Amino acid sequence: MGGCLEANDWICGEYLRTRSQELVDATAQHVGIVAVSVGIALLVSFPLALLARRRRAVAGAVLGLTTVLYTIPSLAMFALLLPVFGLSASIVVTGLVLYSLTVLVRNVLAGLESVPQEVREAARGMGYGPARLLLTVELPLALPALMAGVRIATVSAVSLTTVGAIVGHGGLGNLIYSGMDSFFKAEVLTASVICVVLAVVADVLLLGAQRLLSPWARARRRTRGTGVGRWKRSAARGVG
Amino acid sequence: MEALGGAWSWLTDGANWAGEGGVWHRLGEHVWLTAACLALACAVALPIALWLGHLGRGGALAVNLANIGRAVPTFAVLVLLSLGPLGTEGHWPTVIALVLFAVPPLLTNAYVGMRETDRDVVEAARGMGMSGWQLLRQVELPLALPMIATGVRTAAVQLVATATLAALTGGGGLGRIITAGFNTYDTAQVVAGAVLVAVLALTVEAVLAGAQRLSAPTRRRERRRHRERTPPRAPGRAPSGDRHGDDARRSVTIPNDGWGGT
Repeated sequence: MGGCLEANDWICGEYLRTRSQELVDATAQHVGIVAVSVGIALLVSFPLALLARRRRAVAGAVLGLTTVLYTIPSLAMFALLLPVFGLSASIVVTGLVLYSLTVLVRNVLAGLESVPQEVREAARGMGYGPARLLLTVELPLALPALMAGVRIATVSAVSLTTVGAIVGHGGLGNLIYSGMDSFFKAEVLTASVICVVLAVVADVLLLGAQRLLSPWARARRRTRGTGVGRWKRSAARGVG
Repeated sequence: MEALGGAWSWLTDGANWAGEGGVWHRLGEHVWLTAACLALACAVALPIALWLGHLGRGGALAVNLANIGRAVPTFAVLVLLSLGPLGTEGHWPTVIALVLFAVPPLLTNAYVGMRETDRDVVEAARGMGMSGWQLLRQVELPLALPMIATGVRTAAVQLVATATLAALTGGGGLGRIITAGFNTYDTAQVVAGAVLVAVLALTVEAVLAGAQRLSAPTRRRERRRHRERTPPRAPGRAPSGDRHGDDARRSVTIPNDGWGGT
């Protein structure tokens, strides 16, 4: 029998059946690289953001440097790290951490700065020390901005990991790369689709986590009601 | 350190710059590819974004498109297109993949820029009897221009960076120097290629940032000129609390003779 593998169809159930282990392994590598990268980036971005908040000069330097890193193309970034790490997954992880820092430092900083001064004063007045203030007051209030950053960083990392195929550690990108070399359409399409699904699932999960971590936001949204849009208000003012 | 030294001697070797696969040729390919894709993406995205922004519709579309764009790996799109029926058509798979990639930031920024124009100004212009087209061209577009310019800048830098990936599917550009180095286990060449791409990306970023900054002072001067000609507060219009200091901005785009009243 001919089958879709022989015909080299884009969509092929036979491929899914016979090569499922390969797909699972690649997906696992992909998820691992993304999770480790975003995790490390989150750990690094916190002290950087706190430092940047303390001193203006540091803020300029950190934001400038991370922006410069962001303009370096992924292929070039992985290539530049090659002499440092050799052919390993660390190259891809390090590259992704450097990219994620741009988004995360900015968002953590923006989140912390959006905490109203009165709130901070009130907490201090209640006898909160700096650590307790940060952990129990400022961080929860900075959560929406922080999570927005984590979501952007994660989704970008899922798509950028594929480029890691150039050094042999691109997760699903490896399958896309080998499928390209052998003109194996089903392999390329399946890996690409899983990659997009992965990004969407990660985004939805993070959104769910944010909802769970900030139940007060939902309560507030309910009490605030629909509200009149700014432009409607200003239009009414213009008439009156 | 050793690799950097090797990269330096690779870059300073004149033989690597000349000829068919040389740096100059690849640089030309890269710049041409980026510029063409940016122009195409602008031609596609900006009219749609400006029109949607003018109508005030499609906000969800603009935002979601940007998010989806981030989730789709460009490398995968490149490979899919090059394996598809377009694969035999030379540059087209690369061009289409890159245009698809550049559209979301352009669309989102232009749309948001249009929506964030001061609604008071738009209402005022409409009250003066401006038609929809006049409103779009003379009021909303000038006010949204900084946002649109930021979108173009983002798209341009991302394009320079992403055009590198074309090399993975056999396209031209500076990425070819990197992939060629990989295939021959020549680390010095790989690092040299990476440095070239990074420098080009940073140069484009610096040039566009400079251009944006240079265009800002003229706008400010223009604003000042307008303010000097405009009376501080037009007669017959009741002052309202939060509008102080806003007049200067609105006089940039609203013709002065329209402010007398009615």
